[in-house]
Amino acid sequence: MSAPRMIAAALVAFALLACLPMLLSVHQMHVAIQILLFAYLSLCWNILGGYAGQLSFGHALFMAVGAYTSTVLLLRTGLSPWIGMIAGGILAALLGLFIGYLSFRYRIKGTYFALVTLAFTEVGRIVALNTEAVGGAMGLYIPIQANELWQLKFVDKSHYYYVVLAFLVLAMAVTAWIERSAIGHRLIAIRENEDAAQALGINLMRYKLFATALSAFLAALGGTLYAHYVTFIDPNTLLNMNMALEITIYAIVGGIGTLLGPLLGAAFLIPVAELVRTTFGQSYAGVHLVVYGAVLIAVILYAPDGFIGLIRSWRASRGTGPALAPATGAGS
Amino acid sequence: MTNDGFASDECSTGDGVSSEVILQAIVTGVLLGGVYSLICTGLTLTFGVMRIINFAHGEFLMVAMYASYFFVQSFHTESYVAILLVLPGLFVLGVATFQLLIRPILGAEPLNQMLLLVGLSLVLQNGALALFSPDTRSVQSALLYSKIELGDVIVGIPKLIAFATSIVVTLALYWLLRATELGRRIRAAASDREAAALMGINVNRVNLIAFGIGIGCLGIAGPVMLPIFYIVPNIGSFFILIAFVVVVLGGIGNFIGALLASFVVAITESLGALFMPGSTAPVLPFVLFILVLLFKPEGLFGARAR
Repeated sequence: MSAPRMIAAALVAFALLACLPMLLSVHQMHVAIQILLFAYLSLCWNILGGYAGQLSFGHALFMAVGAYTSTVLLLRTGLSPWIGMIAGGILAALLGLFIGYLSFRYRIKGTYFALVTLAFTEVGRIVALNTEAVGGAMGLYIPIQANELWQLKFVDKSHYYYVVLAFLVLAMAVTAWIERSAIGHRLIAIRENEDAAQALGINLMRYKLFATALSAFLAALGGTLYAHYVTFIDPNTLLNMNMALEITIYAIVGGIGTLLGPLLGAAFLIPVAELVRTTFGQSYAGVHLVVYGAVLIAVILYAPDGFIGLIRSWRASRGTGPALAPATGAGS
Repeated sequence: MTNDGFASDECSTGDGVSSEVILQAIVTGVLLGGVYSLICTGLTLTFGVMRIINFAHGEFLMVAMYASYFFVQSFHTESYVAILLVLPGLFVLGVATFQLLIRPILGAEPLNQMLLLVGLSLVLQNGALALFSPDTRSVQSALLYSKIELGDVIVGIPKLIAFATSIVVTLALYWLLRATELGRRIRAAASDREAAALMGINVNRVNLIAFGIGIGCLGIAGPVMLPIFYIVPNIGSFFILIAFVVVVLGGIGNFIGALLASFVVAITESLGALFMPGSTAPVLPFVLFILVLLFKPEGLFGARAR
């Protein structure tokens, strides 16, 4: 698809998404917001994990930094979360640079990078649990009485829908820009073969750090959105392995390192999870994660490039024109 | 860790830190190290041989513990008797997992292998949550509360048994790898798959057996840990990160290293509980882990991984 046609298609898609709230019940609205929010987080993760190929389990930590920073600033000083989220984003980016610099300097990558970032997430959880200033194990509660856009507080859920949708559009625009820019090509080169990329004169450290900082910054903004939508944050729900995995799984199931993959993954898995949850009821608390695990196993075994990979090979087999998105390497 | 009696029941920080308290903390750490080691020997084997990060290892431990629990409930024995059934059971489970899930992806990207096991971990952990509910379960027996007092230091019998078992299991695996034909093949397949295959070693079969043994070790760990810990469906998640820490600290594929690393990690943790504010001590193993990964990725003890 040519660029103008893609932009047109995107505009139509987002116009449809913008009209959607009129058709949804309160519960469906909740599911829709979750899809958009986690698609957003997964897109942020995708910049580092997908395009740059550094699988991070640290995004729960970056997200938590954003959620905690803006919430603490709001509760202590009344500072607007719109400013607080920028502060949180900067903190998360600095933390990302720190973790990234340590890891990349010693050439830690692949599964070891995943373990290092997971260890940092665990450190974050223990520190947050023991820091009374951020609520400790009790967590923090954001009271909402009235609609206040500047305080990111809405009584009506549909308002959150539009805010999160706007952020999703932002993340997709950033991703689309990366995909087309020289930076994106260099990141993909690093993902595909670090030694070859270095031989081409690409500064590995600089580009990996750029991806880490950008990815962490955006994920932290998502943390603030999460905190204000759920109105409650605590270390054990925000900073646990399941959160780190969930952010990752949507991108992998949908198509790692692709523009639409995270949204596809979230749009498929979250409703399925909700369906399973309502079918089996509250007595089977974790049953939706059984589905996530099973889908993840199936994807790794039978479709390692995710849904986007399936769509691409289906289109290729029918011989109909170019693939959905510009060829960026179908993930790895 | 939330559900163990290690940190709290035997050493109280009280007023000031006396030498007896420190001694007790070291003993507690050594015993806890035994438990860590029990979990980690199998992980060291699968990690070392196949270079696969088995994220589901903790869930296999959970399966072993529930199996032991139901064994004890049915036959009213000490949980140690359950080893007779749970050890072969876990071996078969490991072999089946390898055949169905791991063999198809042995040639895939390491990250995909890891993610597949993440998926398996989610299925097992949350499947158990659905089947068994989040309620904690534990077994009762006379042995449970018996302890030895050595001066001021108190040692619980079940923990002593766990400690002794961990030493035996580690030495047995070490012997298996160093002194048997199977061990020779496993080591050959670990150091160079293709060369081993050219030498007539059936690498797939060797991997299959190694994975079976690695998971089978949990068939010993589960029954031995049952008297010490409450079981909950997510018990694996309390241990899995620590287990990775130990395996990497010990040097990948190095059993003796993993045993020593278990003690280093556990003693750090129990001594840290005396000196660090609040309940921040569990952070120490991860800090240690991060430092070692950064500065000495071949592990604290030992030869380079490759």
